[in-house]
Amino acid sequence: MTWQTVIGLEIHVQLATKTKLFCGCSLAFGDAPNSHTCPTCLGLPGSLPILNKGAVDKAILAALGLECNIQEFSKFDRKTIFYPDMPKAFQTTQLDLPYCLKGGLEIPLQDGNSKFIELNRIHIEEDAGKSIHDHTPEYSCIDLNRAGTPLVEIVTEPCIETAKEATTFLNRLRMILIYLGVSDCEMSQGNFRCDANVSIRKAGEKLGNKTEIKNMNSFSNIEDAINYEIKRHKKVLEKGGKIEEETRLWDVEKKQTRAMRSKEAVNDYRYFPEPDLPPLIINQEWINKIKSTMVELPYKKEKRFVEEYNLPQYDAEVLIQDRLLADYFENVVAKINGKPKEASNWIMGEINRWLKELKKDITSLGVDAKNLAELINLVGDDTISNQVAKQVLEMMIQTGKSAKLIVDEKGLAQESNTEELISIINKIIDANPAPLEDFKSGNKKAAGFYVGQVMKASKGKANPKIVNQVLMQELSKR
Amino acid sequence: MNLINLTAQEIKTKVLNLEISPLDIVEQFLNNIEQKDKTIGAFAHIDREYAEICANDLEIRLKKGEKPALAGIPIAIKDNISRKGYLTTCCSLSLKDYKGVYDATVVSKLREAGAIIVGTTNMDEFAMGSSCENSALHPTKNPWDLNYSPGGSSGGSAACVAGGLVPLSLGSDTGGSIRQPASLCGVLGLKPSYGRVSRYGLVAFASSLDQIGSFARNYQDLNLLTEVISGYDKKDSTSVQKDLNLNFDKDKTITVGIPEEYFSDGLNTDVRIKVEEALDYLTKNANVKTIPISLPSLKYAIATYYVIATAEASSNLGRYDGMHYGTRFDGENLTDSFCQSRTNGFGDEVQRRIMLGSYVLSSGYYDAYYVKALKVRRLIANDFQDAFTKCDVIIGPTSPIAGLKLNEDVDDPMSKFLLDIYTVSANLVGLPGLSVPCGFGDKNHPIGLQIIGNSFDEACILELARRFENAGHNNKIAEIA
Repeated sequence: MTWQTVIGLEIHVQLATKTKLFCGCSLAFGDAPNSHTCPTCLGLPGSLPILNKGAVDKAILAALGLECNIQEFSKFDRKTIFYPDMPKAFQTTQLDLPYCLKGGLEIPLQDGNSKFIELNRIHIEEDAGKSIHDHTPEYSCIDLNRAGTPLVEIVTEPCIETAKEATTFLNRLRMILIYLGVSDCEMSQGNFRCDANVSIRKAGEKLGNKTEIKNMNSFSNIEDAINYEIKRHKKVLEKGGKIEEETRLWDVEKKQTRAMRSKEAVNDYRYFPEPDLPPLIINQEWINKIKSTMVELPYKKEKRFVEEYNLPQYDAEVLIQDRLLADYFENVVAKINGKPKEASNWIMGEINRWLKELKKDITSLGVDAKNLAELINLVGDDTISNQVAKQVLEMMIQTGKSAKLIVDEKGLAQESNTEELISIINKIIDANPAPLEDFKSGNKKAAGFYVGQVMKASKGKANPKIVNQVLMQELSKR
Repeated sequence: MNLINLTAQEIKTKVLNLEISPLDIVEQFLNNIEQKDKTIGAFAHIDREYAEICANDLEIRLKKGEKPALAGIPIAIKDNISRKGYLTTCCSLSLKDYKGVYDATVVSKLREAGAIIVGTTNMDEFAMGSSCENSALHPTKNPWDLNYSPGGSSGGSAACVAGGLVPLSLGSDTGGSIRQPASLCGVLGLKPSYGRVSRYGLVAFASSLDQIGSFARNYQDLNLLTEVISGYDKKDSTSVQKDLNLNFDKDKTITVGIPEEYFSDGLNTDVRIKVEEALDYLTKNANVKTIPISLPSLKYAIATYYVIATAEASSNLGRYDGMHYGTRFDGENLTDSFCQSRTNGFGDEVQRRIMLGSYVLSSGYYDAYYVKALKVRRLIANDFQDAFTKCDVIIGPTSPIAGLKLNEDVDDPMSKFLLDIYTVSANLVGLPGLSVPCGFGDKNHPIGLQIIGNSFDEACILELARRFENAGHNNKIAEIA
């Protein structure tokens, strides 16, 4: 019989608020240690928490995006933790009455089917500060800038069966949260942290002993760590051994997990209701208010792009990765008289290339939707060629000028003045009579020589289509 | 002009009339305090410098024509109320040199009202105790009898008002810590409704029970201070948006409920007699009608209180680990440093309550103790709610005894727990409670009458205090040699 893997995830997401969960301190990242602190987040004697309503707004938004049941009545609890980076000696969190239950999201499977990953709950809690052990040799240092940062913890049901499913889910989850503005989900800044609970069992048997993996800082880490842990469980169990319930750390250098602490020796957190905060009441009015601010979710957008703009699935998938890029696409399409595929090609091709090269996002590139639309229209009405348009785009990025202005200033418009063309063409034919003879004797390809010459004479500005037309007309007159 | 024995109202009038200057007040009161407090030890920290700052600020404001509500009135505050830049030690070794980093809301309000804060008062460490003997600094003596305790935990705040060192003071009341010392010291002490006064800056003992309140020697002064410190504060999420309005119909008959449970076996006879005399006075002279009531769940109040209060305390006091501030006792490693700091920094009673609270919250015991206590708390609240459908206020003794001898029962903490029998339920239910002096007992120790009002009905209990004024127990000052 084969092994079945059971995976549950716990994801801590930093809410994108300006200030902390229980005080007005800034959440700016990377400032001097302990510069964003006050009596409340320092846990000074006599200080009290005040709930940041903006954080609850974001939490509600997350719940709506994941189609959860938002609880009208929830409360905060204290979780006792003695650690220097936890200055109150407790973390304020939500234990038995979280603000949000159930919900989840659908993910595509590799076999083409899809699967609903169900959530158990989401709750609101505060983050701890940071202990820094490598700053001075004699001391450990504490930075409490992060203390009191608002988080939601998203807990899935143990319904994930492979590491790939886990990362697909996390990818989708992350995109939804970024889309909704719940969080910027920067993994490198610790704004999106995932722990995984892994166990294996034979089909039909009850759940095996699980281990919790921590310290996975990227999606590839998560996939590697889960796969490593599955293999380890199999190896132990197949040798007749027993999996100890414990927390394990992922060692990214050695590519293996190692035991951190046993679940047997688990701390007694002595939870009890936070007496300094009244219960959190989220009424329908509040939910409706947040709902009205909600943007379209990425996978609804993807479907719509395929249906509404007739885009290939692949294009839709690429465009929705970034909400701002998707909005940009739609703004461009609106200004180019249909032809969404043109817009998609430009954005997925040239625009994306520049974004990557300059490490910018679409808002800072300096080419707004109106300008790109103008450029695309200049190609569309044969004012410039595709090739020239790419150069114009580069100049637009460099100078911030509009496409039209650049084309005018540099005189890049294609030559379509036929009278001037006729005169150029006739001069060239007169100067080079040999191909004309060839042409007359039936070798139509001989005209190609004149096209080349005309283009050269116009320094590439002549419109090749018109050159062809006029040339044929003039040759036939001879 | 001798100002020491004036009422707060009288001082204010003289200051506003520019008959006396705020700095004269500092001079006279501080000299008197520095001399007499050597005898009673009511103060934790006497702050002449701070008093002068208050006085100078007031001087400037008076010149601008301002008339602040507590102009020039010397006030002492309990040592667990945070003041920016000044010692706020909770009379604990663990916070021995700790200076407040910010002003508590009540401190800001006192300053705004032009009060002169003269220092902080002695208390049981972290407000845990009923005798002031758990202070890490020194015991406080009852100004009426130096062999006796002023009660606690706000013993210093009660004693300094009783001894005439200041006309007003602030204390905090978690299970009776204002009312019991008020009773034992023969002054008025009011614990307002939970949420009436901001707790921002009050060092937490048990957050769901703590409330700041006032001591005075007469009801007018008490009203004056209560009006200044009350009010919603956005910095305290548990404070309530209800304005304090002390206007009360002076002709209204007040119905007083007399709970049989408050007059049971544990009550000393001399206390019973004085309380009954007071009730007799009120019915005859004060348009008061009494009815018997019953609070059947009261017998569980002490147990319920000590489960909930210690549970919250074990969490609130977790932060005093010597790591970020306060007194550190270095150990071998991190955990050992935590242990050393807490073992050496806290006194026995505080450690006892932290252990008790940790126990009732630990997994396996949580439901049996903490959850059950929350349920009983609800039952007690229901009892009071029922009672207030029949009466306007509830009256009984504040403390079952008149005098509490110093250095007695030090090895029997339970005996002191039981002294809280009449006071803890007001905290459990969040009701306002007032202790007013109603005479002296057999050994000439003061006795207090407790008036418990309905939620946010301070007006009614203070009206009763007014009607009781002519019984002649107000404005008594103990002579300190």
